[in-house]
Amino acid sequence: MMSIAPAEHEAHPESRSEDYLWTLNFGPQHPATHTTLRLVLKLEGERVVDADPEMGYLHSGFEKIGEHLTFNQYVTVTDRMNYISPMANNVAWHHAVETLLGIELTPRGSYIRTIIAELARISDHLLCNGAVGLDTGAFTFFLYGFYQREVIYDIFETLCGARFTNSYTRVGGVSQDFTPLVIEKIRSFLKTFPKTLDDMERLLNRNRIFVDRTKGVGLLTKEEAINRGATGPVARASGVTRDLRRDEPYLAYADLDFQVCCASAGDCYARYLVRMQEMRESLKIVEQALENLPAGPVNVGIDQRTALPNKKQVYSTIEGTISHFELAMSNRGFEVPCEETYAAIEAPNGELGFYIVGDGNDQAYRARCRPPSVLHFAMFPHLIRGHTLSDVVAVLGSLNIIAAELDR
Amino acid sequence: MSSPSDTLHESSPAPTEANPHREALEQAYGPLEYSVYRGQQRVVVPAEKSFDVLALLKQRGFDLLVDVSCVDYLEYRGATDRYGLIYLLASTTSNERLTVRAFVNDPEPAIASVVPLWKAANWLEREVWDMFGIHFTGHPDLRRLVMPEAFTAHPLRKDYPLQGRGERHNFPVITRDHS
Repeated sequence: MMSIAPAEHEAHPESRSEDYLWTLNFGPQHPATHTTLRLVLKLEGERVVDADPEMGYLHSGFEKIGEHLTFNQYVTVTDRMNYISPMANNVAWHHAVETLLGIELTPRGSYIRTIIAELARISDHLLCNGAVGLDTGAFTFFLYGFYQREVIYDIFETLCGARFTNSYTRVGGVSQDFTPLVIEKIRSFLKTFPKTLDDMERLLNRNRIFVDRTKGVGLLTKEEAINRGATGPVARASGVTRDLRRDEPYLAYADLDFQVCCASAGDCYARYLVRMQEMRESLKIVEQALENLPAGPVNVGIDQRTALPNKKQVYSTIEGTISHFELAMSNRGFEVPCEETYAAIEAPNGELGFYIVGDGNDQAYRARCRPPSVLHFAMFPHLIRGHTLSDVVAVLGSLNIIAAELDR
Repeated sequence: MSSPSDTLHESSPAPTEANPHREALEQAYGPLEYSVYRGQQRVVVPAEKSFDVLALLKQRGFDLLVDVSCVDYLEYRGATDRYGLIYLLASTTSNERLTVRAFVNDPEPAIASVVPLWKAANWLEREVWDMFGIHFTGHPDLRRLVMPEAFTAHPLRKDYPLQGRGERHNFPVITRDHS
């Protein structure tokens, strides 16, 4: 592996004849893009002089659909945004809806959402780091990660019946309460996962090939990270100590003890390390939340007329029946203020927020999604300039671009 | 939507404590429509002053541009302006947030680009141009972001139907000979 000169030392692309540059189309269908995105690379030999990222191949009009589905229906669409961690999207969407409607979750509901959001973070980081490993030649590492993702899928399946597109949350709560079996499965995951995590770290942290291919590659300074709107692990790997779980505590994060993982190097290796460390912190959060899981109802009460009552309430109480009908009727439903709010959570990828405009109907008038992937993909040319073609996949993987979230 | 009094619900009262950002803005640009809802601070600025206001706010510590977006108020009850630009700002040091809104109207909705302030605005503004057809003056590369270049409509406008206008069926097919 040759050493790489920083981008500043590269001659400006205009200073040489365009004839010597070679244009390479990368994607939209390529195994190493992992999703449907396209890069047009300008190469001088093996060195990338410039890159022009293009997106939109997976555009499905999610924001337009959001104006035509009710707050509870739209959660199925959020599953399909960042499909690597759909639970986190569910939580983000209903967190934003509840902010607009002014609903306060029950303690048990917020703890449960915290637990599933953290499990989603672990599964997202496993895939992201696994893919970086895979693209730089560490296939075993990827399989270790994928096996643990399978365990998390299994927990989600036990919890809500769906492995991939969970649609787990509801306005004012969640669709299913934790059963003893779910808690048992999460406990056993908490026991077994640290060992795999140790193995994974031993596989790559000091692996000569991996370190050479990621250290010093795709440098992002702190100033650039802030200016370019980086959030989440990408920003934290560049020394931006911003984590919404700590800075704007939502759900149950204020009660829990965890560290914000940061690095200062700002390269692909730092982003890998931050993600590895965040998984350990997520484990700590899940463990604390699970052992202190409050008893009581999981959804807000029937009297508030926001969460759909469960079937037992519907069939055996008059309040439940009325509440169910009112929520299901198109001219009743929620009381939605004619107002606009923005609420975001710290999703695995960065700040995932929704700007929702309410107009009195139980569909959003506008459901803007603030996807972290767009801002991260936009900075890709800045990160890759001056590096070699083989670094493209390392940088792309470390940004964790998910095209479904990118294009929406 | 222009005044918070026509909401169905009672808005939170404006904070009684002094707000330094509001004072600084009003000192420079006169009285602005400032409101707080669910603890979120919002300010409406005239579109022609939006760049200066955002530059001032950036100086005052709002270093992170979280999002640039737009709402089409065509069918919104009581709305007087058509497009509402939304700038979500945050500070990475003090963790404050501020929503800046500016209204623009047909026939040629345009507003100054904030790319000189934040590079993050580059793609976000391209998306707003793509989806709403709002022109950002001074943007270095105002191309469509999501929709194909040949697309003519702006699909997130409220007068654009959910199922499209048949673009999908009339899409030009590239044969092997012409590729």
